[in-house]
Amino acid sequence: MARAIVNVPARAKRGEIIEIKTLAAHPMETGFRRTQLGELIPRDIIRRFVCTYNGAEVFRVDLHPAVAANPLIAFTTVATESGTIAFQWAGDNGYAVTETASIRVE
Amino acid sequence: MTTRREFLVLACGAASVAAATKVRAQIDPNQQALRKAAMQEALRRVVGDAPVRRGRVKLELPPLIDNGNSVPLSVAVESPMTPSDHVKAIHVFTEKNPLPDVVSAYLGPRAGRARMSIRVRLADTQTVLAIAQLSDGSFWSDSAEVVVTLSACLEEGLI
Repeated sequence: MARAIVNVPARAKRGEIIEIKTLAAHPMETGFRRTQLGELIPRDIIRRFVCTYNGAEVFRVDLHPAVAANPLIAFTTVATESGTIAFQWAGDNGYAVTETASIRVE
Repeated sequence: MTTRREFLVLACGAASVAAATKVRAQIDPNQQALRKAAMQEALRRVVGDAPVRRGRVKLELPPLIDNGNSVPLSVAVESPMTPSDHVKAIHVFTEKNPLPDVVSAYLGPRAGRARMSIRVRLADTQTVLAIAQLSDGSFWSDSAEVVVTLSACLEEGLI
């Protein structure tokens, strides 16, 4: 079950810089580990994370196997207008998770 | 005449040379060189031929890491983050991980502040490098030396 948690302030002043924290539940299998029988465990990672604010992209990350399991990504954005902030994670084996948060700007 | 002491010293020396040769034959002798080449290649892909200057970037990592499987890393860049002068991208590379790329973040004036944090894996005691690409096309960097006691990806047969 693909799950993700996002932390966005519910309300903010116009022009305020808000911090957003996101956490996706994912093993981030590197593709370098082996089983006890010596077989290589295939790579299974999140490749890309995108954050959009009312449809406009504000932050994007390309992830590589060196990112720890359950990637926690924290970044900032300017609260410009009320609306929704959407988060998308995409990865190997068809992994795709979307999460949204609404924000009120006054 | 060879004394007993001299003989022992010579024998130990010969044995250690033999052992060292054997160990070196087991691990890929070019691994370090290959990693270095991979790092250069990854850097070239991002930076091209542009010069990378030190400064403006602040890479924060704990200097001593107990567990390399999850290391908090944050990068902050001094920038006004206006439409005319902002940070376009932040890239992080490592020297001794199996792959040099760690993370690439793309941001813009709407970020407000040029700062991001994430948790990474580190395979060995090594140097971590952060490079920021600014909107005027210049590149700035910072590096941090870290000591890792329990490495991530132990199975890689690191030297």
